Amino acid sequence: MGIKIIKLLTFVIVLFIISVFFISLNKSSFYNTKVLEGQKISGINLNHFSEDRTIIEKDLKKNNFTLINFWASWCGPCRLEHPFLLKLKSEKKLNIIGVNFKDKKSNAINFLKELGNPYNELAKDEFGRQSINFGIYGIPESILINKDLVILKKFIGPISKKDYNFIKNVIKKK
Amino acid sequence: MLSNVGNLLLSLNILIGISIIFFSIKSLEDRTDLIGKNIYNLCLFQSTSIITCFFTLIAAFIISDFSLITVYQNSHSLKPIFYKISGTWGNHEGSLLLWAIILTIFSYLFLLINNKHPKRYRIYTLIIQNILIIGFLIFLLFNSNPFSLILPAPKEGLGLNPILQDPALAIHPPLLYIGFVGSSIYFSAAIASLLTDYSDKQFAQSIKNWVLLSWSFQTIGILTGSIWAYYELGWGGFWFWDPVENASLLPWFAMTALIHSLIVLEKRNLLYFWVIILCLLTFILSVTGTFLVRSGILNSVHTFANDPTRGAYILIFLSLMILASVFIFFKKFRSKNYNVNSNSKETFILINNWFMIFYLITVLLGTVYPIFTEVLSDNKVSVGPPFYNTVIIPILVLFLYFMSLGPQARWIKNQFNNLKSIVIILFGSILMNFVIVYLFESYSVLSNFIIISSIFLIFSSIKDTIKLFKNKDFNFSRIVSHTAFGFLVLFIGLNYNFSLEKDFNLKVGETKKFDNYSIKFKDLNLKVFKNYKAVIGEFKILNLRNNSEQSLTPEIRIYENPSTLTYEASIRTGLLKDYYITMSNIDRSDYYNIKFQKKPFMLWIWISVIIISLGGFLRLFKNGNKNY
Repeated sequence: MGIKIIKLLTFVIVLFIISVFFISLNKSSFYNTKVLEGQKISGINLNHFSEDRTIIEKDLKKNNFTLINFWASWCGPCRLEHPFLLKLKSEKKLNIIGVNFKDKKSNAINFLKELGNPYNELAKDEFGRQSINFGIYGIPESILINKDLVILKKFIGPISKKDYNFIKNVIKKK
Repeated sequence: MLSNVGNLLLSLNILIGISIIFFSIKSLEDRTDLIGKNIYNLCLFQSTSIITCFFTLIAAFIISDFSLITVYQNSHSLKPIFYKISGTWGNHEGSLLLWAIILTIFSYLFLLINNKHPKRYRIYTLIIQNILIIGFLIFLLFNSNPFSLILPAPKEGLGLNPILQDPALAIHPPLLYIGFVGSSIYFSAAIASLLTDYSDKQFAQSIKNWVLLSWSFQTIGILTGSIWAYYELGWGGFWFWDPVENASLLPWFAMTALIHSLIVLEKRNLLYFWVIILCLLTFILSVTGTFLVRSGILNSVHTFANDPTRGAYILIFLSLMILASVFIFFKKFRSKNYNVNSNSKETFILINNWFMIFYLITVLLGTVYPIFTEVLSDNKVSVGPPFYNTVIIPILVLFLYFMSLGPQARWIKNQFNNLKSIVIILFGSILMNFVIVYLFESYSVLSNFIIISSIFLIFSSIKDTIKLFKNKDFNFSRIVSHTAFGFLVLFIGLNYNFSLEKDFNLKVGETKKFDNYSIKFKDLNLKVFKNYKAVIGEFKILNLRNNSEQSLTPEIRIYENPSTLTYEASIRTGLLKDYYITMSNIDRSDYYNIKFQKKPFMLWIWISVIIISLGGFLRLFKNGNKNY
């Protein structure tokens, strides 16, 4: 009797764990960011990368649009999106803020040295704590906000050609 | 060209695997007790061809053949040859090839070395192991092929992430893989043991060296990863409870439990089914770890580019493995009535196992909890060091006491007739602890308990050593590992309590004094290098207590094209403590921001772990002389 219950329980637990893994596997690939759009971000307090100050909400209101890009030197896909960020740098109405995620300072600087620096402001998040407040799921991710700090779009994964065009269109409309 | 050779060898290996299974099943039908020459030859051929395959990939890295995607993405023609070679396994595809190699070589060596055991048991082990090998090779060939071509071939590669160009990290994956991929062989052996009813003592003898081997390598592998994190990530820490660190720790707990319960199985013929569970669990946890890391569902330093199909394949493989092994296990499980005296060595070893399983469950929960909450409630949580520290550390105190007393207990029925010496050692440790507090500074109650119990373990082990010497018994491996573990906990405890971190601003010529330190900003030099200029600060750290002086030279590097700054920490590793300084400039000011850290006993933390694994190797060499 006892052994039967144990058998049943083991199979149930194993199946449960495996199915959760399966769901989360699909979840990460079809991660939906629609719910975030239209929400306002608040309580910004990011440490500046090299200077002894913090980046706060005021800094995000300096321009019509702000793209907050979470990146790291150890992240391969970040290299893919970098050319698009550099192209966006020339957009006058867009402010690009980089958040260097769980990275070593010298490596981050080398990365920018090698590929170019697209950021108007650069913040650091050495332990990945502040990024949690932005709902950062993995690296790279980017959040496009407007002057009122409302999220227009969240990009999971590297900024693609399509995302690049999307951002350009949004800016043009204004 | 190299791509074709590689693909050909991979496909060939799948065919060899299938034929090994075919001939093995055929050889089960004949009545001889010998395994045919053809199977031996096939296994040798299999190992040779997979190694050749690996060397083909290494060759591609050495000659910088960027027509291979893997080489293009992870290498660069100007990279030092050492890192070109280590780049071979510094990426997803190459490291999976390393997986396949270890699976194959262990399969061949098991066949070769364990030749005193019955044919059926060995053949079944070979079959199961080859099923695993084929599973991985198919994954390698169709999903994560290291020999995929890129057309047209790029002229230059993307380069290996500079953070990975580190000697400790170059040897980290192979060592760790021998550990957790090596556990596959006792997974296979455990299933073979269930299927052929080859159990108890002989079974324990057939796998114990393999468990020791994988455990020792796993220990060293975890250490190299930790050393890398300390020097390269430069946050002054050495363990971050990162999901990947946890993934390497989980099988380690299972292996440690297994090493201990195997002793009971060998000596007393007890706990057979528990040993089987641990054998299965170790490898299942290894594959689970690989799944968590490679599928990208957890975010960590090791996350490679995400690819959901990759995760799906590993998960299907893992599910089949778990379901099959659970099914076979229950089919063969017979409940036995063990009569174990509650005061005996058997019980103490079981207690070790409870602790290990407790740690395992804690770390496993902490690691997968965020995945579960997200799937079930859409909440994102992050489990950090506070969780692990509060759950694990208090329990460690109890664990250390059992670890001190257990080894002295006798089999079957124990009596504590040495109560007097236990009390003396306990008082000795308490005294020692208060000497530390008196000489240096006081720390929390919990730290007191931890340090007392670790000293208790060290003293008890020393007493055991003396006893062994008296009895002319030179079986030191257990004592070596246990004592080193005591030291490890002690040094981590002292490191945690006596670390010092200070942040302040200084300009050249000034001196900052705090606690027992005086830090002088002596000089600032500008040096011009080939591709950068460096502002090198010269700091003198004077320890006022013993007047010892150290000089450290952190740098700010200025790269010209484009102009960027990098900050290089200066770490001075010493016998008793490490000093760590970074400096950064403050805009429009002569002042520099200085971050100073004192980390006591870092070197001894590393040495303790090396000695822990040394205990495993010692036992292995001793066992190597006997032929099981």
